Amino acid sequence: MRLFVHEVRTEQLLFWRNREAAFFTFFLPIIFFLVFGSIYGDSTITKEHIRAAPFLEAGMIGYGVASTAFAGLAITMVIRREGGVLKRIRATPLPPATYLLAVLVSTFIVFLIETVLIVAIGRLLFSVGVPDRPFSLLVLLAIGAVAFAALGLGLTGYVRSAEGSSAVVNFVYLPMAIISGTFFSPKEYPAFLRAIAEVLPLTYFTKAMRDVIVRHQHIWSVAGSIAIVLGWGVIGLIAAIRGFRWQPREG
Amino acid sequence: MTAVTVRGLRKTYGDLEAVRGIDFTIEAGEVFGLLGPNGAGKTTTVEILEGYRKRDAGAVEVLGADPQQAGSAWREQIGVMLQSSSLYPNLTARESLRVFAGYYSHPRDPDEVVELVGLTEKRDVRVRKLSGGQQRRLDLGIALVGDPQLIFLDEPTTGFDPGARRTAWETIRNLRALGKTVLLTTHYLDEAEQLADRVAVLRDGVIVREGRPSDLTGGAVETEIRYRRDGEVIVERTQDPTRRLHELTAEALARGEELEGLEVLRPTLEDIYLELTAE
Repeated sequence: MRLFVHEVRTEQLLFWRNREAAFFTFFLPIIFFLVFGSIYGDSTITKEHIRAAPFLEAGMIGYGVASTAFAGLAITMVIRREGGVLKRIRATPLPPATYLLAVLVSTFIVFLIETVLIVAIGRLLFSVGVPDRPFSLLVLLAIGAVAFAALGLGLTGYVRSAEGSSAVVNFVYLPMAIISGTFFSPKEYPAFLRAIAEVLPLTYFTKAMRDVIVRHQHIWSVAGSIAIVLGWGVIGLIAAIRGFRWQPREG
Repeated sequence: MTAVTVRGLRKTYGDLEAVRGIDFTIEAGEVFGLLGPNGAGKTTTVEILEGYRKRDAGAVEVLGADPQQAGSAWREQIGVMLQSSSLYPNLTARESLRVFAGYYSHPRDPDEVVELVGLTEKRDVRVRKLSGGQQRRLDLGIALVGDPQLIFLDEPTTGFDPGARRTAWETIRNLRALGKTVLLTTHYLDEAEQLADRVAVLRDGVIVREGRPSDLTGGAVETEIRYRRDGEVIVERTQDPTRRLHELTAEALARGEELEGLEVLRPTLEDIYLELTAE
């Protein structure tokens, strides 16, 4: 427990100290929310006759899980692996499971802070009510963080170098964020994009988030979406078990 | 007490036999040097002892345990300095030491370690702003911060300027004075001569010579005698320098001549090493 707390604190220090990473993974979703919220927050989504702002807020939380738990974690772990830091940690008494759990919890803390900020901005600037299903929201955030972190760790096995990590990860996650409809409603997309969206985990996480925040659903009412998100999480976990490495590539 | 025992160790990568059946032991409190050119199998051997790699054959015991199966309690007792720097660029030197100190039950005081590796003035500077040599000193500090019994140093002073190298040597000598066991790999012969109680020279995955640095330079290798005769430099090699020198000086005295430019060169570890590791 002492080691776990020490490592969570270390991870928090490391995350906030790395300005570039903190900007891309933490602040970018917030900035996008400010920008897109100002542009079309007051317009109406025609099919459901609801304002776009709460819809966008839920989408930006979805974008947030992809950027913090998936992209940010994957890039960080590849850089640490290739820099020999993971290898060095393996030589210390810190158990690998404790380390990975601490990294996961630290990632979740970052994602929670981000969500709180997004909700606060929604309330203060775009007149979006505070979500009235806090328990369902929290459970959904945790499920999303775990599933996308598993996918992020799974992806690290396919990234060969620290230099290439941002490129590879962004190549996967930016199109995913757009196609999954975190910014706009995917229902207006052309058919082939909708077909892709229908298999992506972020589509279902965002959908569940909108059900909870915009349509006031309970967590158990979105079980179908959660099952798909968790299914992807299992795929990520299998990829991580097969491909995650502690040591850099051999020269 | 024996800290490290290696018997018949083998490791193969595909077709390449990196380590081809080596044996050695390191006593507790000893500084043991593993010498050899690149690709000789030094790092493979050390990484097997550190628990990073699995061996293909042979028996290995490090602090009473098999590194392949050892757990956290065993890792409390070892300190590792990898061949390339492995640090968090955005932490300061002191923060880095605190982070790693936190992984051990009975660490050394990070402020004391900062001083020990000569980074006191740079302790609050971010790692990314430290020079390569300063980063290596921090790597050394991190290997020591858990107060381990056995310390693995894989080419610890590569890239150091002469002053920093001397500081690092002093630190390693202090470890020996504290009764720590050190396994050191190095390209630098002067480093092995300065620090190691015993050295093993690895070449193509086998130990070609083992012993005290002073023993390696004695023995079968020939001593060189140089002098000038009629303006020409004469170089003789002999296994019996005392007798040959006596003959030469006796002859010169008998002729009433001076042996100009007389030099007797005892082979350095470097000569031995080059001879042993030459293709």
